[in-house]
Order: sequence, then structure tokens, then C-alpha cells
Amino acid sequence: MKQPRLLREEVILRVVSKALVPLILLFALYVQFHGDFGPGGGFQAGVIFAAGMILYGLIFGLANLQRVWPPRRVELGIGLGVMLYAGVGVATMVRGGRFLAYGALDPHHPVHGQHLGILLVELGVGITVASTLIAIFYALGRVPPEPRG
Amino acid sequence: MSASILGLWNYWAVIVLMMTGLYIVTARDNLVKKVMGLNIFQVSVIMFYVSMAKVRGGTAPILVEGEETVLYSNPLPHVLMLTAIVVGVATTALALALVVRIQEAYGTVEEDELVRIDDDDG
Amino acid sequence: MPFPVDAILFVFLLTMAVVIARRQELFSAAMLTGLFSLLSAGLFTLMDALDVAFTEAAVGAGFSTILLLGALTRTTGLEYQQRRPRTRPLMIVFSTGAALIYGTLDMPHFGDPAAAIHHHVTPDYLARTPVEIDVPNVVTAVLASYRGYDTLGETMVIFVGGVGVLLVLTGRWRWRRRVR
Repeated sequence: MKQPRLLREEVILRVVSKALVPLILLFALYVQFHGDFGPGGGFQAGVIFAAGMILYGLIFGLANLQRVWPPRRVELGIGLGVMLYAGVGVATMVRGGRFLAYGALDPHHPVHGQHLGILLVELGVGITVASTLIAIFYALGRVPPEPRG
Repeated sequence: MSASILGLWNYWAVIVLMMTGLYIVTARDNLVKKVMGLNIFQVSVIMFYVSMAKVRGGTAPILVEGEETVLYSNPLPHVLMLTAIVVGVATTALALALVVRIQEAYGTVEEDELVRIDDDDG
Repeated sequence: MPFPVDAILFVFLLTMAVVIARRQELFSAAMLTGLFSLLSAGLFTLMDALDVAFTEAAVGAGFSTILLLGALTRTTGLEYQQRRPRTRPLMIVFSTGAALIYGTLDMPHFGDPAAAIHHHVTPDYLARTPVEIDVPNVVTAVLASYRGYDTLGETMVIFVGGVGVLLVLTGRWRWRRRVR
């Protein structure tokens, strides 16, 4: 059987993905922080960010990707996002509001509190979604340790 | 009368889509194929909600500054469905992980063979 | 009458679903599910659901396809020819479809502004968002603020799903003892 060529040996794939990955990540950040003005938000941004990372991993190998995002850090990210989200809720309670009523974040100017709350909450969602998807990609790409059968 | 019935075409298209998904899930034995069927089913449900949210002559629910009389489509189903899509991919991933585990443990992902292996084991 | 782009896209979508159902080579079926998602994203755009379309395009056409392909490399790329009869599944599918179509007969028409769902909480959200939240995208306002609890729950589901995948595929127990 012919030895399959590695994806990174394909010139077109390598050059195009190298040019695209930074743009995809930039677009993900744009979608993340611009979600209140146009379509977008944490869910989409997380998926796009993970897609950019996975594209990098597919072309340049899992090992290279894991040097950028060690699996441990990605696993921490899954919980971190949820904690950030719930933490915003706790913060509003500490400040005397109800759980996730962002107006309490800025008592003098509730609308600013809403902006801040939405930003943080979307960031939490984005972190969780991106980390989860990258972690799933790692888990599927990992060969199981024990022999079959 | 016929015109009034035809106004329901979106539901019927969604139902046919759902039937295709349901057929894959019930009739096919391959577990990966079943997951694909579930995906089609999921898209059909999402399409159902989104098509209900559409208002004739409306526009996307992103507010136009300084305009009071713009007609917007209903944003609420959009909110529910966009989270459902991402949750759906997480559950799809879990289903596929279980399929991969089944393959490792049994050496097959065809449902009838799995049943046979389990029957042979007693 | 305007050119019925949405109906044509629906026909494409249905064709794609049928082709996916009939394909035996699972790799090409997986690629077709990506295309299926992309088409449905186009349809969502036509129905004014920009955020949903965006998500579907990123998730369905991007990540789900990779997920399916990844699972296929660890299982099998070819589905077996099926021998057992398919009458019973077909009966189930058609009776479900008939029941649902019967159920749609009282539904409001496509795009009907008088439909019940447009008159309960939605006008409230549309009217209060510019005053209370002051962000143009109502979807984000409802998602993150008015229905923040829901979104927290959804995030939690994603968290649980991710942890579940990690446990099933790479859990510590797999190193401790051999399975079968």
C-alpha cells in the first residue's frame, strides 16, 4: 500500500491554512466582542476559534497544536468558562442584585452594568465552547493505550 | 382554500425532513449512520422553530437605530435554537465517543451484530 | 410572486437528506452532512435568523463534519448491506409523518404576523431592549440577559458533554485496567 502523504506536505493546504488560521482566530475574537452589535456571540465565537485551531492541528499535526494548547489547559478552560458565567451571577448577588441581574454591576448606571455583564457572560460561553470542542478533538485524535481485542 | 392550505408548506417540508432523519435512525443498523440521522432530525426541529419565527416582510432582529416602525422577525426562537445547535454538537460528540468505545469493545458498530455478540455471550 | 428561493433550498435540503440516507460509504455521507448544514444555514438566513445561520454554518459545516470523520477513522468507513426488511421502520416513519401533518392543519401560516408566538413576550423584549440593555442585537440581549438562566444551563450542558467525551475516550480508568 502506498504510504499516505502527510497533510503538511501538500503545498496548497499548508500555505492557505497558514494564511487563514490567524484570520479565523481574529474573526472569532471579532465575533466574540462584537456580538451585541451584529450577529454573533460566545457560542459562534467559540466554535470559530476551535475550528481555526483544529484546522491548524489537522494540517500541522496534533503535537504542534498541543504545544500551543496543552490538553491540561484546555480541560481547565472547559470549567473556567462555566465558572466565569456563574461567577458573574454571584457577583451580581454580592452587589445586592438578583442572580444574573447585571444592572447591579454598576449601580449608578444599570445599562453599563448590562453591557459589562453581557460581555463577561459571552466570554465565559466562548471559553467553554472553544475549550470543549478542542478537548473533544484531542480525545478523538488520541489513540487508546491498550491493545484491541 | 387551496391557497390557505399551501401557506403551511414550511411545516410540511420540515416534517418530510424529519421523516428522513427518523427513517435513518430506525432503519439503519450502523451507529455512525444513526448519529447522522439524528443530526438531520435536529436540523429539522431547528428549522421548524425558525420558520415559525419568520414574519412576512420582517427583517432580522437587529435593531435599526432611530427607526420606530421596522417589522422584526421573532428573536426568541432564534435564541433558543442557537443554543440548541451548540448543545446538539456536544451531545453528538458524546454519542460518537460512545460509538468509538463500542467499536473498541466489540469490533463492530453494526447494531444487529452487536445484538448477536451479546446473545452469544449469554 | 417573488422567486421562491427558500422553497428551492428546501428541495435541495431534502434531496441531500435522502442521499445521506442511501449512501453506503460513510465518508462521503459525512461530507454530505457538512453540505447539508451549509444549505440549512442559507435557509436560516432567508428566514431572518442570522445568529442561528452563523452558528449552524460554523458548527454543522465545520465542526460536526470533523467530528464525524474523526469517529469514522476510529470505526469503519463502510456500512454493511442490510438484509432485513424495512417495512416496519417505513410504517413508523409514515404514520408519524401523517400524524404531524394532521397536526399542522391548525397552525398559523408561514410568515403570518398574527401568529400567537409573536404576541406574548416578544414585543416586550423588542420594546425593552433599547431602553434597558441598549444593544442593537436583540438575540444577544435575550440570550445573555433576559434569559441568562437558560444560557447558563446550556453552557452547563456543553460542559457536561465535553467532560463526558473526555471520560469515555481518555478517562484515567482506561490506563488502570484493560477493558476486555
